[in-house]
Amino acid sequence: MTINPDQPISFSPMHRLQWEEAQQKFVILYPEGMVELNQSSAEILQLCDGSRLLGQIVADLEAKFATAGLTNDITNFLNVALQNGWIRQA
Amino acid sequence: MAGSDKLNITPPRWLLAELSYKCPLQCPYCSNPLDYAKYPHELSTDDWKRVLSQARRMGAVQLGFSGGEPLTRQDLSELVRYARELGYYSNLITSGYGLTEERIIELKQAGLDHIQVSIQASTQELNDHLAGTTTYQHKQEVAKLVKKHGYPMVLCVVIHRQNIHQMPQILEMAENLGADYLELANTQYYGWAHLNRDALLPTREQFEKAEKIAQAFKEKVAGKMKIYYVVPDFHEDRPKACMNGWGTTFLTIAPDGTALPCHSARELPGLDCPNVNDFSIEQIWNESKAFNFFRGTDWMQEPCRSCDEKHKDFGGCRCQAYLFNNDMYSTDPVCSKSPERHRIDAAIASAREASLAETEKPLVFRNSKNSKQLF
Repeated sequence: MTINPDQPISFSPMHRLQWEEAQQKFVILYPEGMVELNQSSAEILQLCDGSRLLGQIVADLEAKFATAGLTNDITNFLNVALQNGWIRQA
Repeated sequence: MAGSDKLNITPPRWLLAELSYKCPLQCPYCSNPLDYAKYPHELSTDDWKRVLSQARRMGAVQLGFSGGEPLTRQDLSELVRYARELGYYSNLITSGYGLTEERIIELKQAGLDHIQVSIQASTQELNDHLAGTTTYQHKQEVAKLVKKHGYPMVLCVVIHRQNIHQMPQILEMAENLGADYLELANTQYYGWAHLNRDALLPTREQFEKAEKIAQAFKEKVAGKMKIYYVVPDFHEDRPKACMNGWGTTFLTIAPDGTALPCHSARELPGLDCPNVNDFSIEQIWNESKAFNFFRGTDWMQEPCRSCDEKHKDFGGCRCQAYLFNNDMYSTDPVCSKSPERHRIDAAIASAREASLAETEKPLVFRNSKNSKQLF
């Protein structure tokens, strides 16, 4: 299971992405579990709102952080996220 | 207090709210204390709201509504709504008894995140026998309704000698019901399960066979269904990292407001577990005798004290050490390094013998009559 660049990516309705004030980080919540996210993972997942394709997520983040060459890192992370069921494609 | 050096106390992450000891089911492996009938008092709605607020402020985020049967509380939806407003991820841990489609919708609108339905076995006859009530058909319907209304569906089956032979059928049932998560909870022998151990503990061969079947299934459904396999620690040679370490992560509040570092801690002597009617959650978590009792490693005896795995399993389970060795500071007897490991082996042998006996000892069902008779 890998990311299809031609389909928009949305966050799974079976999980919840949430900022945790006490931990000062984003977490993913699901039945009996929680994953703590680092800043870059959280930035990527927040853009998985069902409106963007892989290329747009990369472009948005490269613009936001005034950098280039994020394609590989973002693709790798999103593949992991897809395998974990955190995100989905139609 | 056993720990002396300054400990870095981590905030609670999981709050288990045992709303009521009332339950229409009578499962003979219930984790509630044997003497639960002694504690009929239940916290009020406002008490629970205060507890939820205080724990959330400290950082608790996973919330389990449990019991007994949490559906017996008429204020469940109100508490769910309140929890959602605070930002909890809330889990309803239920037998499904009394759960109608109307209530499933109401709870969803209140913000409940998921429902965990327990099923006792893969056949009506055995399910209803173990539950002590006619519930099998209704549970199947509830499981389908949970799916229908968009909740992640978690099916929980407690595994023991009376149903372990049904493992292939249990897995098939989970698949047919479309479970998103399947919890295969090998019985942990506390409370009522401890009392009924000879009739519940499977033999090593039964465990190994069932585990193999579950493992193959796990691979087959990878990506579709997640399997939580609660390890049968008697057949392991290292103890479980009980509660992820005492007072590090888990906070249980019993129906009467007693705060417990684990849901069996009530059985341990001299902890003086505090009540939420007397103290705030912050005081309870940071300052109480009970929650500091087994924090860190200073309380440990040998072989734990000098063991290089002590930060991995924290010496195992204090309740198990107490139940078997009558010494809650001792190494969990499951550990092969424990001088008391023979006690676990004797329990395994005793259960095997009971399984071969012509007439098995009858199960003692969890109900108020039996609870009162035992104490």
